[in-house]
Amino acid sequence: MYETIYHRPSSVDEAVALFGKGSDSKYLAGGHTLIPVMKQRLAAPSDVIDLGKIKELIGIEASGDTLTIKAATTYFDIMQSADVKKSIPAIAYLTSVLGDPAVRYRGTIGGSIANNDPAADFPAALVSLGATVKTNKRSIAADDFFKGLFTTALEDGEIITQVSFPVPAKAGYEKMRHPASRFALTGVFVTKTKAGDVRVAATGASQNGVMRVPVIETALKANWSAGALDSVKVSDSGMLADIHGSAAYRANLVKVMAQRAVTAAG
Amino acid sequence: MGVEGIGASVVRKEDRRFITGKGRYVDDIKIVGLTHAHFIRSPHAHAKVKSIDTSAAKDMPGVVGILTGQQIVDDKVGNLICGWAITSKDGTGMKMGAWPAMAPETVRFVGQAVAVVIAETKNQAKDAAEAVVVNYEELPAAADIRAAIKQGAPQLHPEAPGNVIYDWTIGDEAATEAAFKAAANVVSLDITNNRLVPNAMEPRAAIGEYNEAEEHFTLYTTSQNPHVARLVLSAFYNIAPEHKLRVVAPDVGGGFGSKIFIYPEEMVALWASKKVGRPVKWTGDRTEAFLTDAHGRDHLTNAELALDANNKITGLRVKTYANLGAYMSLFSSSVPTYLYATLLSGQYNIPNIFAEVISVYTNTTPVDAYRGAGRPEASFVVERLLETAARQLKVDPAELRRKNFITQFPHQTPVIMAYDIGDFGASLDSAMKAIDYAGFPARKAKAKSEGKLRGIGLSCYIEACGIAPSKAVGSLGAGVGLWESAEVRVNPVGTIEILTGSHSHGQGHETTFCQLVAERLGVPISQVQIVHGDTDKVQFGMGTYGSRSAAVGLTAILKAMEKVEAKAKKIAAHALEASESDIVIENGEFKVTGTDKSIALPMVALAAYTAHNLPDGMEPGLKEGAFYDPTNFTFPAGAYICELEVDAATGKTSFVNFVAADDFGRLINPMIVEGQVHGGLAQGIGQALLEGAVYDSSGQLLTASFMDYAMPRADDLPSFKLNHTTTLCPGNPLGVKGCGEAGAIGASAAVINAITDAIGNNKLEMPATPDRVWHAIHG
Ligand SMILES: Cc1cc2nc3c(=O)[nH]c(=O)nc-3n(C[C@H](O)[C@H](O)[C@H](O)COP(=O)(O)OP(=O)(O)OC[C@H]3O[C@@H](n4cnc5c(N)ncnc54)[C@H](O)[C@@H]3O)c2cc1C
Repeated sequence: MYETIYHRPSSVDEAVALFGKGSDSKYLAGGHTLIPVMKQRLAAPSDVIDLGKIKELIGIEASGDTLTIKAATTYFDIMQSADVKKSIPAIAYLTSVLGDPAVRYRGTIGGSIANNDPAADFPAALVSLGATVKTNKRSIAADDFFKGLFTTALEDGEIITQVSFPVPAKAGYEKMRHPASRFALTGVFVTKTKAGDVRVAATGASQNGVMRVPVIETALKANWSAGALDSVKVSDSGMLADIHGSAAYRANLVKVMAQRAVTAAG
Repeated sequence: MGVEGIGASVVRKEDRRFITGKGRYVDDIKIVGLTHAHFIRSPHAHAKVKSIDTSAAKDMPGVVGILTGQQIVDDKVGNLICGWAITSKDGTGMKMGAWPAMAPETVRFVGQAVAVVIAETKNQAKDAAEAVVVNYEELPAAADIRAAIKQGAPQLHPEAPGNVIYDWTIGDEAATEAAFKAAANVVSLDITNNRLVPNAMEPRAAIGEYNEAEEHFTLYTTSQNPHVARLVLSAFYNIAPEHKLRVVAPDVGGGFGSKIFIYPEEMVALWASKKVGRPVKWTGDRTEAFLTDAHGRDHLTNAELALDANNKITGLRVKTYANLGAYMSLFSSSVPTYLYATLLSGQYNIPNIFAEVISVYTNTTPVDAYRGAGRPEASFVVERLLETAARQLKVDPAELRRKNFITQFPHQTPVIMAYDIGDFGASLDSAMKAIDYAGFPARKAKAKSEGKLRGIGLSCYIEACGIAPSKAVGSLGAGVGLWESAEVRVNPVGTIEILTGSHSHGQGHETTFCQLVAERLGVPISQVQIVHGDTDKVQFGMGTYGSRSAAVGLTAILKAMEKVEAKAKKIAAHALEASESDIVIENGEFKVTGTDKSIALPMVALAAYTAHNLPDGMEPGLKEGAFYDPTNFTFPAGAYICELEVDAATGKTSFVNFVAADDFGRLINPMIVEGQVHGGLAQGIGQALLEGAVYDSSGQLLTASFMDYAMPRADDLPSFKLNHTTTLCPGNPLGVKGCGEAGAIGASAAVINAITDAIGNNKLEMPATPDRVWHAIHG
């Protein structure tokens, strides 16, 4: 690791100010993505600004139709939260199969979506549920937030403060774990909104990161059941392919995980 | 057997220090004036080193020295050796290319070192390494066996035309050919044995320390055999003469074979410590471990089995290509030959066997012994063939095996090995009972009705352990003898130190070796200390690998114990005014049998050292040594059965049951044996389902971290059911065979046989990832 200056601000404003002062600043949350790349000398921030101790960035609120998770809340706290389990249990489940205990104790929702790994779990939840990402500057719809591999709508120095999820009528998540990393080899989040709309998002599948799956959405809109997908064919064009899964295999997984997510959603 | 004697599941003495973080590993060692080394490694699989410019780096903060491959060559440090000479079928010797510790001219795998930066801190060494400019001219690479042997392939070493190191055969080709001509049925199979990364928990590390005033070197290193390291470093690498070199292998966090070999980094740390006049430490990181620890396996094989009309096996013919990587590591040549093809008879009476093994160079990390070393590859070939034969002939796989089992011992196979004893039927019976083999068809039918694909797979493995009778291996090309040495020191107050040439890096010797003393003298193991891993303390030894430490190392201790006991009995008889033949040893006392006269061990020891009243002519002291050279290998064997289900929609495998019935001879500590089997099974199942080192066609390792290389985790594994059937090994006085590698040898075939049974398609390569299984089902 290269030498760097570590800061621990106590407010978002202070963090933004510190960020501006450094020549090449980076925010730090759980560190489970940033620290490994720093250790490998693939990232060399001049200043590391730790968001993990900022009180206004930690916590979970459920109010009527909305579940709000603040950006620096850890996966473990999300998984344990009674509010999450009650309002959107699929999020509690997603978090429980994310990484391993060490990852869940450190990693945060804000870090996950800011990083936008094409195989991360949370982007699928945000897109499927139609969540809104709030930053220190603005609100961004999930559909507009994720911009392909490791790219988001965030501007330099912009801090995610929270994510708000509309509470759905039904939602479910299933993932095939990557045998080595435990990320999603492919994961699918299905949502039936209270208005009756159906939104389905897949992660670990497309070469462009998290994606909606229109063929599945159409089929489920007509008939919300696993069986409704039996005859659906998901195209493998544009799918990721690597030593752990071919494009055809991942296309198959999108369908199979969607079926199982629907079953889990009830 | 006492509570701590042979056969007792004594809790491991060493665990307290390991569990409380008090182990002392190489990286924990601090020496005044210590500097830190960071290697500059090739990013290319094959390239010429045109120039190395250190001008910007050498004056950077903390830099103590920058040394290059050319300097190590100029200093006449020897090239790395391969310790086992293999002769090709045409009578020529193996074609070995030069492997300097750092590459002066040509790099042949990603990660090969070209230079080293030595600095006050590791970070300063890394900073300076980034300022060293290495100019490479890239060459085309051959990244796997097929690429290396095809016409016009890039040539790695001028010594090895066509990249072939040797083309070696064993067995009677004509007789085997005749058996196939006369066969009623022939079964043929193409097999890939996947390449594995050993991944010991502790990465390799080394500290070289040169004492100028005494012209003496010390090497602290992560080694499974520090004595052999000293021998090789002095005899071949020209770094220091034996009496001026001390090698210490303190606590070592796992090896699985990968720490048998002497690596470039250890040589450089020693050599550099003299060059810079300061002690030099190198601790590898995980990426370096992936790129530079010797890998394991990597075979392409075609195997054929001939059977007569009664389903008796009449012949076995095997052709294997083995990938040895870019250079020949210390024992690499022996692994796909004498450790592999000599086990191709498996547990079966096979009158004719012929095998050809062609080892090739590729632009990949060197390949050498990894848990099982050759024997997992052999067992996988034989057990996949047997299973395939049973399916082709539509007979029960257990019955086909039983029909062909060797039942008379000793049994001479056509491929050198003479099995001394075994009861293969007993192991198979035990495993079949444990898994309720008879009830499987009903369970399969029930699973099918629930939409699940269920399969069962057998694997009846045999291995040759207790490595090895020196004369025999010498006649086959080994450069060393494979005996073991021991010394037993009874201190003046009766505590005991056992010095052994074996090396414990997870095996539990500090407990099991004490149990032998407890068994024989009746003293608690707390009074016994095992000393190992330091060439200044232990005179010599051959180290730990090949499941040899009980069969060879412990037997050497037993031989020394017998000498100590004989002398102690003389002293006791003299003190008790009794006849030596009337003395018996019980609970730490020397007793005159049939009387109440006795003398305790501490008093005997004290008498030996005060020497006030010893029998006439007896030397003082109570300390004896012994060298033990085994007369044969030992032959652990067993039967593994795996039952599993495959999810057809995802290709994911879930275990239902995994049973093991092993015959290891006498068990010293059943709990430790169980742990060894669990670990071995995890690695065997890991090979079958998860692990695989993959290079792209340019020779870049795609699986160079745990994010891509799938190590088995606890939740990937079933809860194992272990059983033992026992035939005592006649070759050593303890009757032990060895248990360290069995799981890794037997497990993978059981798993693949079960999956292919479940999906009804025999074409499936390891690792059988969900992706591959799904494609095998759906095309
Ligand atoms: C072994 C392992 C297994 C894993 N398995 C999974 C898995 O199964 N599924 C999965 O989804 N992920 C997995 N991960 C990734 C894990 O979830 C990471 O923690 C996550 O990607 C990043 O979150 P973090 O809080 O650790 O962020 P950090 O590593 O601290 O930061 C990541 C990036 O986000 C930026 N950032 C962080 N917080 C904010 C914020 N509030 N506003 C703006 N930018 C911010 C940082 O500047 C940095 O660029 C795994 C990681 C590891 C090491």
